[in-house]
Amino acid sequence: MLNPVIQINNLGKQYRLGEVSGKTIADDFKRWIHKIKGKEDPFLKIGDENDRTKNGNSDYIWALKDISFSVNQGDVLGIIGKNGAGKSTLLKILSRTTSPSIGEYKIKGRVASLLEVGTGFHPDLTGRENVFLNGAILGMTRHEIKNQFDEIVDFSGVERYIDTPVKRYSSGMYVRLAFAVAAHLNPEILIVDEVLAVGDAEFQKKCLGKMKDVSEKGRTVIFVSHNLSAVRTLCNKVLYLQNGKFVEIGETSAVIDKYLAGDKINTINGLIPQNASTYQNNDAKFLSFNLLNKKNETIDTLYYEQNFIIEFSLQVNRTIPKAIIDFSIGTLDTRYTYTSTFDTNANYIKLEQGIYSIRLQLSPKITPGTYTFYMGVHDFENGGLTLDFIEKIGVVTILQFKEISGEKFPLNTSFGNVRIDGKWDINKI
Amino acid sequence: MAVKSNSSEQNWDIVVKPKQSLFNLNLKEVWAYKDLIFLMVKRDITAQYKQTILGPVWMLIQPIFTTIVFTITFGYIAKIKTDGVPSMLFYMIGLTFWTYFADCLNKTASTFTANASIFGKVYFPRLVIPISVIISNIIKLLIQFTLLLLFWFYFLIKTNTLTPQYHLLILLPFLLLMLALLGLAFGLIASSLTTKYRDFTFLLGFGVQLFMYGSCIIFPISLTGIYSKILMYNPVAAIIEAIRFIFTGSGYFSIQYLSIAFLFTTLLMAFALIIFNKTEKSFMDTV
Repeated sequence: MLNPVIQINNLGKQYRLGEVSGKTIADDFKRWIHKIKGKEDPFLKIGDENDRTKNGNSDYIWALKDISFSVNQGDVLGIIGKNGAGKSTLLKILSRTTSPSIGEYKIKGRVASLLEVGTGFHPDLTGRENVFLNGAILGMTRHEIKNQFDEIVDFSGVERYIDTPVKRYSSGMYVRLAFAVAAHLNPEILIVDEVLAVGDAEFQKKCLGKMKDVSEKGRTVIFVSHNLSAVRTLCNKVLYLQNGKFVEIGETSAVIDKYLAGDKINTINGLIPQNASTYQNNDAKFLSFNLLNKKNETIDTLYYEQNFIIEFSLQVNRTIPKAIIDFSIGTLDTRYTYTSTFDTNANYIKLEQGIYSIRLQLSPKITPGTYTFYMGVHDFENGGLTLDFIEKIGVVTILQFKEISGEKFPLNTSFGNVRIDGKWDINKI
Repeated sequence: MAVKSNSSEQNWDIVVKPKQSLFNLNLKEVWAYKDLIFLMVKRDITAQYKQTILGPVWMLIQPIFTTIVFTITFGYIAKIKTDGVPSMLFYMIGLTFWTYFADCLNKTASTFTANASIFGKVYFPRLVIPISVIISNIIKLLIQFTLLLLFWFYFLIKTNTLTPQYHLLILLPFLLLMLALLGLAFGLIASSLTTKYRDFTFLLGFGVQLFMYGSCIIFPISLTGIYSKILMYNPVAAIIEAIRFIFTGSGYFSIQYLSIAFLFTTLLMAFALIIFNKTEKSFMDTV
């Protein structure tokens, strides 16, 4: 049963940059004149895309533009994107703390937004008084709070301090009490900002656990985070925003992979772009990178358990008596999966001035999915000084099927990234 | 498909668009948050006197001292005539009600700026805050009013210059309501304007103080001569004079000016609600 509980149509939010000044009044006045004439707001027609690294022509930027999607009941929607993608703006609009500049949205059911815990806590009031006040601010009735009061206090673990002003609390106690109130909200739709997940590990676990509880009860959750592994475990649907614009919404892993692929380094005909390195000094530099099959053809897709060849070239500018070259395969969210330091008798090699071509044959047992590569060259004698290091170069997709037999990988989703051969012994007793 | 979306159209609980009607007040929603209003009132009153020994007694000390200072300054030193009313009672009546008006105005005026941290995180009808301000000030007023009654009773017995108009007492709640709405309306307008342009905070800072001199708190309207006709257009002056007339028999009671005051209050309130309603939706962007 697909029952949309949130419907968003062409939502947009415009902000003005700079300070409030005389020019702001002039703009307000112009807007007002247009309104009286019954015309559209002139400033909604202009405005730049929200890219903070570039200098635009306009004082107005679109923090969000042309956003349309819907959320069904029971969905746990994660919103991802880099800083400035518009995630928080979207949350603010959905939790009604600000209104959109254009477009509209509709919501079914009671919404509770947890953009922070302890909103409205008054330092001079006691814990008890604050529980009631905070609960009411979050939309609970006094009756509801009264009924759950003992549970809330129990959950917070600050029973002894409940009649002491919260300004005397330790910061930990304060947050625990605040979160206890939030945890006893019973909304149909819960909007959570990742700032909530700041705190010690136990607290984060509690927060994420609470969200899981809510979603398991068939409630809808919207969750904004940079923590992709939290998004991966909690959400069944992900919305990907970039510079205030909609990129994609869909099944979690697919969207996350797309997001992550967005910041990989693309080679041009195998050549590595100039500024691709994460660390680099001028002693050595990778020039090219290619992923090849056995027939020396450039590829970007591999069958499951297919052998492949990595070919790269390295320019060396001074003699390095003991150089270490390492090569890793990893997931796009920087979980290294497989590392191969080249296999020679020693673990290092002498490099002289000039250009080297390096080939590495690999037959790693990596589970189906999307992967990228990492490579570096280091000077062993200088305490392992990194001479060049490149992250996320190229992307390879490993298919669910084997090359020749077409045998299918046994699981639809893989829980790990490396397959280890094992000997199973199963006996009935 | 069209039918389906049409039928589900009515099921949406919240529909948000950038442009909504001017008077979309959502009073039903405000009512749903009545518990929050209650708790906000409680917070305003209790938090104010936390960590004090005398607690709410301060509510009484403040008007007594102000009255004494006014009586000495304006009554004994400046020798302002008070229509035969004992100057202490004269100032106490004026101050009690003026303070209510001024407190409502000042507290409401900071609705957005003082609560920005809450408003930025959670949605609830913003009108909850000014309403709770009005109510918590009414409670304060009632306590101060009791004090005023004690003084009034004392002067009523001790002197024979007072001729209270008991039949007009029934108007008192109405006059109070008008005073509250005036404070609320001015406050709402000020709060809406200050979110973007802070200039109004300065204006408000001394404006309220100056307004007191034009509201017949310090001198009776009878002393203003030819200006009294103009001064009575000030609704606060008309109300204060009427209240004085009810309690002391001297003062200026005019149904005509009170009607003007009432009309003014209603229009101002309507205007205030429109501008507040418009501001509350996006004030977080400019505050």
